[in-house]
Amino acid sequence: MSEAPSVVLVTGVSRFLGGHLAARLASDPSIERVLGVDTTPPSREMRRRMGRAEFVRVDIRNPLIGKVISTAKVDTVVHASLSGNPGQSGGRSMMMEMNVIGTMQLLAACQRSDTVRRLVVKSTSAVYGASSRDPATFTEQTEPKAIPPGGYAKDAVEIEGYVRSFSRRRPDIPVTTLRFVNLIGPRIDTSFVRYFSLPVVPVVLGYDARVQLLHEEDAVAVLERAAANDLPGVFNVGGAGVLMLSQAIRRAGRIPLPIPQPAVPLVGRFTRRARLVDFSPEQMRLLNFGRVVDTTKLRGEFGFTPRWTTVQAFDDFVAGRGLRPMIDPARLGRLQDTAQAVARALPSGA
Amino acid sequence: MPEARVIPLRSDGARPRTRPRPAPRRASRPGVGSLTERTAAARGLTPEDAATGAAETPIEPAPGGELAPLPATGGPNELEERVAEVGEFLQRRITGRYSVDDFGFDRDLTEHVVLPLLRPLYERWFRVETIGTENVPLHGGALLVANHSGTLPLDALMTTVAVHDDLAVPRYLRMLAADLVFGLPGVGATARKAGHTLACNADAEALLGAGELVGVWPEGFKGIGKDFADRYKLQRFGRGGFVSAALRSGVPIIPCSIVGAEETYPKIGDIGPLARLLGVPYFPITPTWPLLGPLGLVPLPSKWYIEFGEPIPTDRYEPGAADDPMLVFNLTDQVRENIQQTLYRLLAGRRNAFLG
Repeated sequence: MSEAPSVVLVTGVSRFLGGHLAARLASDPSIERVLGVDTTPPSREMRRRMGRAEFVRVDIRNPLIGKVISTAKVDTVVHASLSGNPGQSGGRSMMMEMNVIGTMQLLAACQRSDTVRRLVVKSTSAVYGASSRDPATFTEQTEPKAIPPGGYAKDAVEIEGYVRSFSRRRPDIPVTTLRFVNLIGPRIDTSFVRYFSLPVVPVVLGYDARVQLLHEEDAVAVLERAAANDLPGVFNVGGAGVLMLSQAIRRAGRIPLPIPQPAVPLVGRFTRRARLVDFSPEQMRLLNFGRVVDTTKLRGEFGFTPRWTTVQAFDDFVAGRGLRPMIDPARLGRLQDTAQAVARALPSGA
Repeated sequence: MPEARVIPLRSDGARPRTRPRPAPRRASRPGVGSLTERTAAARGLTPEDAATGAAETPIEPAPGGELAPLPATGGPNELEERVAEVGEFLQRRITGRYSVDDFGFDRDLTEHVVLPLLRPLYERWFRVETIGTENVPLHGGALLVANHSGTLPLDALMTTVAVHDDLAVPRYLRMLAADLVFGLPGVGATARKAGHTLACNADAEALLGAGELVGVWPEGFKGIGKDFADRYKLQRFGRGGFVSAALRSGVPIIPCSIVGAEETYPKIGDIGPLARLLGVPYFPITPTWPLLGPLGLVPLPSKWYIEFGEPIPTDRYEPGAADDPMLVFNLTDQVRENIQQTLYRLLAGRRNAFLG
């Protein structure tokens, strides 16, 4: 019943997710045209990957986007540009502009269009917030206990609100909203990736968050599946299993640096100024409590099981980035051998 | 359904008079432990005889991480084995090669650090005696409902040791705790790693559905923070949320009565303004706290009994029974009455709060 797409428009193609999605769609011969839009042109490497996909340099905050959709007779729109990385988006206020105003314009254009038959929106599990009063796992129906006060998460909540009102006005267009957990992998660049790449990783003293991750390849595959099939609804997207934040830091061989809660904003400002990591306040709350989403609906109704578990995705990231552990595991093994040898040599206590 | 019943003040044979010496509780050895001791005691043997009987059964090498030194019976390899175990544990921790479940339950840490830390308190300080361990199912989901007391939730911690060490098959009690716990630095993170989660229906049903043994203390802060004068008087059992969770999952409810926890920190007063300032439900005054400072944090060495009652099945009701408030209230009352009566019976048989 779901028709294969013939003209697909992908937003945010100069970033990892949009670019790789455009590349994957372009390699599918049944798709006639793939249009990629973004404000900045994709890197040379990405353009090479994208192959026959066309790049249109247009700001989605500009009504021009409507013209692009109507002239190209776009039937499937994949809005993959939602970003939580201010470093890549030209600052926090610019990021919010692009995220919220851009989505509004894009939705307005889709609402007018008589060719669009399917809409896919990349959202984030940040809409659930993170607090001590939340259940251990969030299903798609869970109401957040603490509405995210601002920043990226609040933008995402607003965007989902616009998407819902869009689907009320155009019930004929199936809309898929995908709430991604934090992405990780050897190639993607996110705040989270940068965070784990720091040699000394600041953590909040006395808290240890549960972290759920999704491999970058799985993220692209989910978007591709959503673009090719009618799968209306809201879906949590995340890998199976969780890592504790402390455990992830150890697996990456980094050194954790516990910071008392009151000093956290200060350290956050420092890492931002130093252009190391830019975490907004609500992302820092994630480091306190963590967030795990229930992916039953993704695996059932949506029909997709991520190939990488959280742990595998993280290990792939560690291996792919060539992160050297600060403490060599082989040395630990030798230490243990020595200790055992000493124990053997000692006379028995009996 | 609950009916008016005469409370038997002395039930014969339910509890041994003699106090068995704390024997090494290794739940991996079925048949050894309090139950054996108890039957031995019931036959009129002295605790020493019971302990000898226990020692005759072959003792496997401890699966590790125990803080109390084990008797050196295994020969010269014992120390080496211990070093190997500790070394392997440390290596796993440093390299992060262990796994946690979706709730953050860290089995490795619980087994090797949390339980060994609690065990001396369980065995030597409170000399906990468990009764009716055969009532706790060894497999599958079950909801353990217990009375709450003692200012600090030591009763909950001791119950986790009880279901791990004194059952024929060690089980991990997954407790449902107040959100306050998870907001506290240090405490919240540790609670998650020990397998506990927020008291809400979503989490309770998820755990029960996964076949876990879930523990709930429905009195909440009203129970744990009540005055010493009100000891062993059960408070209101919440809103019956735990019953509807059990009904929805179709798992049995196991009433659990804990005697002894009330005497650990007898709360004789409460500084309300200070509690509000700190954002906690109460700021207790006990005979030793805050008078003696940190020393006041040492619990009084009361003698404890934990009795697991007969399981109350919930799978014989029709689907949708969880949405019948009357049924939920009745079941809640039934569980509450059951625990209250068991408490009275245990108390009547107790001669001294500290000697048992």
